[in-house]
Amino acid sequence: MAGIIGRTMATAKLSNLNKFLVGSRVSASRTYSSAAKEMTVRDALNSALDEEMSADPKVFVMGEEVGEYQGAYKITKGLLDKYGPERVLDTPITEAGFTGIGVGAAYYGLKPIIEFMTFNFSMQAIDHIINSAAKSNYMSAGQISVPIVFRGPNGAAAGVGAQHSQCYAAWYGACPGLKVLAPYSSEDARGLLKAAIRDPDPVVFLENELLYGESFPVSAEALDSSFSLPIGKAKAKREGKDVTITAFSKMVGYALKAAEILDKEGISAEVINLRSIRPLDRPAINASVRKTNRLVTVEEGFPQHGVGAEICASVVEESFEYLDAPVERITGADVPMPYAANLERLAVPQIEDIVRAAK
Amino acid sequence: MGFLKILFSNSRPIRKIGQFHASHITFFVFSSARLLSFPRFESTNILKQQSTKLAEIDDDCFLQVMDFPGGKVPITTQMKFIAESSEKRLPCYRVLDDDGYPIPGAIFEEASKELAVKMYSSMVTLQTMDTIFYEAQRQGRLSFYLTTAGEEAINIASAAALTLDDFVLPQYREVGVILWRGYPLQQVANQLFGNKFDFGKGRQMPCHHGSNELNYLTVSSPIATQIPQAAGIAYSLKMDGKEACAVTYFGDGSTSEGDFHAALNFAAVLDAPVVFICRNNGWAISTPINQQFRSDGIASKGQSYGIRSIRVDGNDALATYSAIRAAREMAIKEQKPILVEAMTYRVAHHSTSDDSTKYRPVEEIEHWKTAKSPISRFRKYLQINGWWSDENESELRGEIRKQVLQAIQAAEKVEKPSLTDLFTDVYDKMPSNLQEQVKFVKDAVKRSPKEYPSDVPI
Repeated sequence: MAGIIGRTMATAKLSNLNKFLVGSRVSASRTYSSAAKEMTVRDALNSALDEEMSADPKVFVMGEEVGEYQGAYKITKGLLDKYGPERVLDTPITEAGFTGIGVGAAYYGLKPIIEFMTFNFSMQAIDHIINSAAKSNYMSAGQISVPIVFRGPNGAAAGVGAQHSQCYAAWYGACPGLKVLAPYSSEDARGLLKAAIRDPDPVVFLENELLYGESFPVSAEALDSSFSLPIGKAKAKREGKDVTITAFSKMVGYALKAAEILDKEGISAEVINLRSIRPLDRPAINASVRKTNRLVTVEEGFPQHGVGAEICASVVEESFEYLDAPVERITGADVPMPYAANLERLAVPQIEDIVRAAK
Repeated sequence: MGFLKILFSNSRPIRKIGQFHASHITFFVFSSARLLSFPRFESTNILKQQSTKLAEIDDDCFLQVMDFPGGKVPITTQMKFIAESSEKRLPCYRVLDDDGYPIPGAIFEEASKELAVKMYSSMVTLQTMDTIFYEAQRQGRLSFYLTTAGEEAINIASAAALTLDDFVLPQYREVGVILWRGYPLQQVANQLFGNKFDFGKGRQMPCHHGSNELNYLTVSSPIATQIPQAAGIAYSLKMDGKEACAVTYFGDGSTSEGDFHAALNFAAVLDAPVVFICRNNGWAISTPINQQFRSDGIASKGQSYGIRSIRVDGNDALATYSAIRAAREMAIKEQKPILVEAMTYRVAHHSTSDDSTKYRPVEEIEHWKTAKSPISRFRKYLQINGWWSDENESELRGEIRKQVLQAIQAAEKVEKPSLTDLFTDVYDKMPSNLQEQVKFVKDAVKRSPKEYPSDVPI
């Protein structure tokens, strides 16, 4: 019995390691051979950080393992060598400490990028994110602006259990004073991170660990160092007329695959990549629903008070007459994330779930 | 003599991704390959300090030294646990005795007559203002107030020792510091009443003062959050190369928060020019300090973080002034954090929501209010020097009292902030959803003006 568990755990660990190695090898070869065509999300983030740090000396990176270790997920690779230890700070293990310090630095005019190894650990610093960062501009009546970015992987990875898998989009998305972004593709990652760094308000930037190694085509425009995407605008990744599927982060990929399956069955789905959780692009979502008359929202997080709940409320309030059917929410299961691979698979939305809901 | 194992450290700077083999790793995840890789870093001070310390050791027990991550340590064959407290408590630095005479042999920074009189007047202003505003709350004119009673010397003397470039991060019992910097009495009243002249546009509870111009961070209610923020601001000042430091105040209770620990630790590691001032006034609402911590106050904690510290008599304006001057100078010149524990007593209730007679004896409060008052002690010092008289006293008190009453009356009558101010400053630029809401509310007001409060302008 123990042997079997040992084996499954070993293979799970190995497959994670494999994924990482494959990802970095693939990214290395990709960036070498086809320079401007495809880019992994990891490289997109790394290049965005590099360019913004180069453009503005006030920008600096702080977090655990961001320097010497090149980043826990290698997002900050090469930055320590290039910018030195004064702009890439390795911190002791204290989220509350370095978040507080980052907020203090932002109060005084620097532009910190605080990395959480995962957003699960941001809960140890959430008082600083909400009470010290989000609310400060308002409470000080504009005297204290906090141009800070909190970034890191969010949501479920693979086989990391309950305390490493929660999605924080809904929690941070509820808070006035914060901007919350969730990129999907490499272009999203580059454009939104650049916009976040340049923005004078505090921004929570929710990445996804499993997307880091994925490669996406990038346009020449996106590769330009002045490129940025507007905050608060969603993007229709796929046009359709029968049903609208909204998603963000990893679920956009799933939604697109579901849309392909639906297409074969004669259902034309419009997939909307939200990109921005706060502010939510309500006009775009409503416009799409008014066109298709049906809505499915997809997210990895917990169902109660989730992002889908807010979208559903917005559509019901503003486009009620246009709905031909009740809104369907696809969310993670209402349980802490289990570890066992088979259970984990059941706790997170899968492509079949999206297809089923759309039908 | 047994066979002694001495561990050799790997002294090559290692740059392998994902492995820590460098020597002198401190007990944090913070990689110390940095200490050795020469082109980037100069702080090999730790190495030098360790070796000089060794030269001074002459205890019989210390036979040899051993290498461990973090440096060489002397070894002993005697299993001795360090006591949880030292036999003698850390001494408290004091200059004036209870009668206002400088204690013979005391070392201190002289204050000119002008400065001393200004400090004293400010302390009296602070006390008078506190008393009257407290009464105003009791009369129902204010919703809330907390006083600095008993801590006037800490407030004013420490403020006098700083420059306007030094950035102050207060807790909430330091309104004397912003007063010293030039925040008018009228502005104090405006903030308390939350009227349209309040810098905070009526967004905060009373006593949450703040001013960009005066480099005083707006008071924030959660305890101890300002401490790591101070380290962050100090780091910004360091990067700017400014000849200024960050100064943060907090009470004895705040030192229990995780933020306190993280901030001091981190400030030491970052070599941040910050002065941490702890107002140890004996009480955290109803929690006395023997229920707050078991250490010898807060100054004793400094060394645990590698921070230079001092304990000072917070009711002695001259000692506090001298200590903060010195601390500030060290923080800026040496670019490192300094910890100052100012001993005092919270004479008043925690706030208008508290009645401290419920948990401490009235005699104790009275004793500290009268016999140990920092204001009377400093007045005696001024009078001994011939710088102050009883006429000056009654004139000052009368004048301040009049000013405060006028400020209250004026502030009470001023309009509240406008409705639009409910929605501004959430973000740098008002987002579309809030713009819609502003319009919606204004339309609603136009449609039913009778239902809208008359004292809130649009």
